[in-house]
Amino acid sequence: MKAKVFVSLKPGVLDPQGKAIQHSVALLGFTGIADVRQGKYFEIALEDSADQEIARESVARMAREVLSNPIIEDYRVEIDG
Amino acid sequence: MKFGIIVFPGSNCDHDAYHVISKQVGQPVDFIWHRETDLKSFDALIIPGGFSYGDYLRAGALARFSPVMDSVKRFAANGRFVLGICNGFQILCEAGLLPGALIRNRDLHFICEHLNVRIETSDTPFTNEMTSGSVLQMPIAHAEGNYVCDDATLAELQREDRIVFRYCDANGAVTKSANPNGSRDNIAGICNRSRNVLGLMPHPERACEDLLGSSDGRDIFRSLAATLAAVA
Repeated sequence: MKAKVFVSLKPGVLDPQGKAIQHSVALLGFTGIADVRQGKYFEIALEDSADQEIARESVARMAREVLSNPIIEDYRVEIDG
Repeated sequence: MKFGIIVFPGSNCDHDAYHVISKQVGQPVDFIWHRETDLKSFDALIIPGGFSYGDYLRAGALARFSPVMDSVKRFAANGRFVLGICNGFQILCEAGLLPGALIRNRDLHFICEHLNVRIETSDTPFTNEMTSGSVLQMPIAHAEGNYVCDDATLAELQREDRIVFRYCDANGAVTKSANPNGSRDNIAGICNRSRNVLGLMPHPERACEDLLGSSDGRDIFRSLAATLAAVA
């Protein structure tokens, strides 16, 4: 079983890295890009015996307390069975 | 009075801080490895600059989980003094000892330069030997020094006189162009509500010898030493 955690900056928090990437892709000729926001992605391998709901809760806690900083970031957890 | 300097894997301003306390302030000082938990013999702690844990995940994020940090939280809760410099400020924010967060500089660059910082309040144990409104020249050296917080936190910091340092020009004017990294309200350093925990991005310990271009940072350590002498 695998947990995926997506961490992204909250709306309104400045993302200078995203802005720089947006600028670069525009230079490459990609058009129609309104905004780029950079985030983080974690893959967490769980023992297959783990209960899916318990795993979801513990990964969410991990995301809240370690993987993200709730002052500036949001997170989303997905569990692949 | 005894100072302790906490050393994480990746701290790199620990020896500068040690030099200042032992040679410039002339007080006893020891290094504290991050796995230690007994802080009984210390009266003030410095969390130095550097790249604790390689700044992995977020600057200061992993240092928060070092064994010493629970003791640092108790130390602070008991009203004793904690000074976080640069990465130390980031760690204090990640640990929840100071509000807000430090994100990537507005212009993405790692900025390493001497600049001016205005003392906004002398009502802290770290600035009480100085005059509000005076200007210190100190270096900054960071990629993540852009202070962010929500509106309510900013209002609280302002109302409670907890913004201790602001980036300013040479004349002490707090202007947009004097803001090196995009920090909200030009904030360079703040304290907690009890005023015994201070975090700042500039490096006072690198501005304590005329030979290094400035000795303005010395007064911060001297203020703290004077505070400790008064309470002893």
